[in-house]
Amino acid sequence: MNQSTTEIEETPYVDATQHREANHLGMWMFLATEILFFGGLFSCYSIYRWTYPAAFAQASNRLDFWIGTINTGVLLTSSLFMALADLAHHAKAVRLTRIHLSLTALLGAVFLGLKFYEYYQKYVEHLIPGPHFAFPDAPPQAQLFFFLYFAMTGLHAAHMIIGLCALGWLVRRTTKPAWTARHSDAVSIVGLYWHFVDCVWIFLYPLLYLAGR
Amino acid sequence: MQVAEPTRKILFSAYAALLILLAVSAGAANEHFSHLEKLLIALLIAAAKCAIVFWIFMQLKYQRGLVRIFALVGFFWLAIMAGLIFADYLTRGAG
Repeated sequence: MNQSTTEIEETPYVDATQHREANHLGMWMFLATEILFFGGLFSCYSIYRWTYPAAFAQASNRLDFWIGTINTGVLLTSSLFMALADLAHHAKAVRLTRIHLSLTALLGAVFLGLKFYEYYQKYVEHLIPGPHFAFPDAPPQAQLFFFLYFAMTGLHAAHMIIGLCALGWLVRRTTKPAWTARHSDAVSIVGLYWHFVDCVWIFLYPLLYLAGR
Repeated sequence: MQVAEPTRKILFSAYAALLILLAVSAGAANEHFSHLEKLLIALLIAAAKCAIVFWIFMQLKYQRGLVRIFALVGFFWLAIMAGLIFADYLTRGAG
């Protein structure tokens, strides 16, 4: 009896389908807490945009529309490759799985690269909240917008970095012989996380980049 | 293990729909609508994109009811929180 057969017998599940459903259920439960985690920031944003619409519109126009739009496209494309990786994994095409996972990670890195370039731009333009914040002719609440901008995109970027680590782990695992037997759901579960982080950006994009147009 | 999952065609269709919605969202923001109209358009499009990602990429289409409920409760709780917050802020001028 090889090791993988023993492991399946030791699990409390009736069959692999039930095991898979339990995995997805657990991940969705975690993602529900993530919705509330980000939801707090989205609520905060909504209150202050409602209270100071002019300041938010003016501050939003200082963001780079094209970088925001391109980055949205980059993330959507990375999600496509993530979904294709899952498909390839279920078809037991290990090499194709690895290629698709690598492309997902590459696009995630492109997104972060553009994001950090934007942060650098904001640093140069004195738009980072704090004692050196300078935005002439704007209401003082413009600084509030930039605080929320950095808090929300920063938390999102932190999630992207965790996602990249998970992708790196998966790519490394695809090179090991025991891969398909032991990690049947790993690609799907990391995929759920990756797609969720994509969804957060789907809402951040219009709220931050399009608010003043 | 046989699992129900999307075909390549479904994935690429979802991706195409997402890119079209992104283009509409970016285009509408630069048209002559009022701020409120733009906000509504932007949020509706974002919700549609999110629904496509949840349904196809995150495979809710292929899951049983229990998993779908778990996927939606987060939004339900968020709606309660946001509802209570705005019940406060939107009525502050009334008193």
